[in-house]
Amino acid sequence: MFFEKNKETMSRKDIENLQTELLKEKIEYAYKNVPFYKQKFDEYGINKNSINSIEDIRKLPFTTKNDFRDNYPFGLFAADMKKIVRIHSSSGTTGKPTVVGYTKNDIETWSSLVARIAAAAGVSDEDIIHIAFGYGLFTGGFGLHYGLEKIGAAIVPASSGNTKKQIMLMKDYGATVLVCTPSYALHIAEVARREGLDIETDLKLKVGMFGAEPWSNKMRQKIEEALNIKAYDNYGLSEVMGPGVAGECETQDGMHISEDHFIAEIINPDTELPVKDGEYGELVITPLTKEALPVFRYRTRDITKLTKEPCVCGRTSARMYKPIGRTDDMLIIRGVNVFPSQIEEVLFSIDGISPHYQIILERAGALDSATILVEANANLFFDEMKKQRQFLDKINYELKTTLGLDVAVKLVEPHSIERSEGKAKRIIDKREM
Amino acid sequence: MDINDYKITQISVFIENKKGRFYNVTKTLKESKVNIRAMSLADTMDFGILRFVMDKPKDAYDSLIEKDFIVKKNDVLAIAIKDESGGLSELLKIISDLDLNIEYMYTFVNALENKAVMLFKFEDIDLAIEKLLDENIELLKEEFFKRV
Ligand SMILES: [Zn+2]
Repeated sequence: MFFEKNKETMSRKDIENLQTELLKEKIEYAYKNVPFYKQKFDEYGINKNSINSIEDIRKLPFTTKNDFRDNYPFGLFAADMKKIVRIHSSSGTTGKPTVVGYTKNDIETWSSLVARIAAAAGVSDEDIIHIAFGYGLFTGGFGLHYGLEKIGAAIVPASSGNTKKQIMLMKDYGATVLVCTPSYALHIAEVARREGLDIETDLKLKVGMFGAEPWSNKMRQKIEEALNIKAYDNYGLSEVMGPGVAGECETQDGMHISEDHFIAEIINPDTELPVKDGEYGELVITPLTKEALPVFRYRTRDITKLTKEPCVCGRTSARMYKPIGRTDDMLIIRGVNVFPSQIEEVLFSIDGISPHYQIILERAGALDSATILVEANANLFFDEMKKQRQFLDKINYELKTTLGLDVAVKLVEPHSIERSEGKAKRIIDKREM
Repeated sequence: MDINDYKITQISVFIENKKGRFYNVTKTLKESKVNIRAMSLADTMDFGILRFVMDKPKDAYDSLIEKDFIVKKNDVLAIAIKDESGGLSELLKIISDLDLNIEYMYTFVNALENKAVMLFKFEDIDLAIEKLLDENIELLKEEFFKRV
């Protein structure tokens, strides 16, 4: 299903022409309204005439999270507070939060973007949507809410917390769509089962729209089986808009980027040069239609790859694949670069494994060690010591082959790994750097 | 004769090698009024496998599952041997000659007068029952563990 079919199926040439035009306009707009960009553009000798094709975007400087911090709170805003109708911000666990603003038009644009990804996932005005994202400063709750309202669905703004009650509401109100983080979706499934619910008959769920944390395709399979739904990934970040930048269609082969609103590039995070088509690198996004907060070449720190091949769904937009990690949560263990998602991929490829795991990093002397805790269950428990050891050795071997690193695997008792209602806490780094 | 009569239900429990975990298992069994007849613990640095034979295996199983323990049910054989030096070695020789594979075994103390009882987990229990009976080895039936 499409929300704005003509825009979602433009020819590649039309997309690039439109992007070039919008980029020129945005440069002029930011130059006039944001002192930070006026100074930067002057420094780089940039004006709207510097852009003649879409590749010319590479002439522009990058914007980073630090630029947001340095201009805290409203230094990057291009619109007067009179025109701003909403402010969101990050939790700011390290230093000052990242603040973003929206004009009325921005909220309209954002809602349409979310409506597009919802329609792409087969969601319509017939649906009852249970939103279990926290409503607040975080863009997830409100972002999804307004977009889903725009397609005319009935929304249950359950917000976060009290899982048993959430399940009761989903059952009683007949939710057909669940919106939350993927790890919370698994938690819901687990609690529902423990409460004695029959997922197929007690719940009417058919679609899940999950985001706000990285998850693997194996985790998707687990969620789809556990909740008897189709689980769709979507992508966004508040600095460039919020959720709705990209989302999967029913083909589930990469997330369609709304390229009439964003330019996506993939660069090598070290050299800052574009990677070859289809290679992994850091995603860089330039929003083209934001009024309150124009941003150029925002460094997302997400590692992913793009394809511009046409999709069977008919959309022509570039698709981004699930980020495999973040430039900053890449773990360096004994000098080896490891993304937690690689560990997850290995674990979830093992039949019957529990979705709850945790990676513990420790340092003894000068040596780092990684231990992966996996919750045991009847499928992973062998009554014979030899078989139990062989099973653990097999996981250890798989991890070693994939990561090039020796990590210990330890089975722990059920429910001994802390459950989260928001983002799962997968890594406990006890190393003192 | 029904060979199933000789199959003794054994319950294995996964425990983390942490303080108090063993106790929690025995406490759960005590609360459901189950008597432990024989027990063995196989452990490593990180985890252990507790194996039990008890008088009410079904109650034991249900109560452990209820408490979220990871539990497996298995069949083992209880073999009575002469309680004298060489008794066990004689039995092991017979088992070896019969080409039966033992996965593990443990003792059951204070069972019968003049006899010791060993619990065996064989790879193929049906084959083991058949061959051991042919050799006139004394196999105990499950009722025995309900009585002692
Ligand atoms: Zn598609």
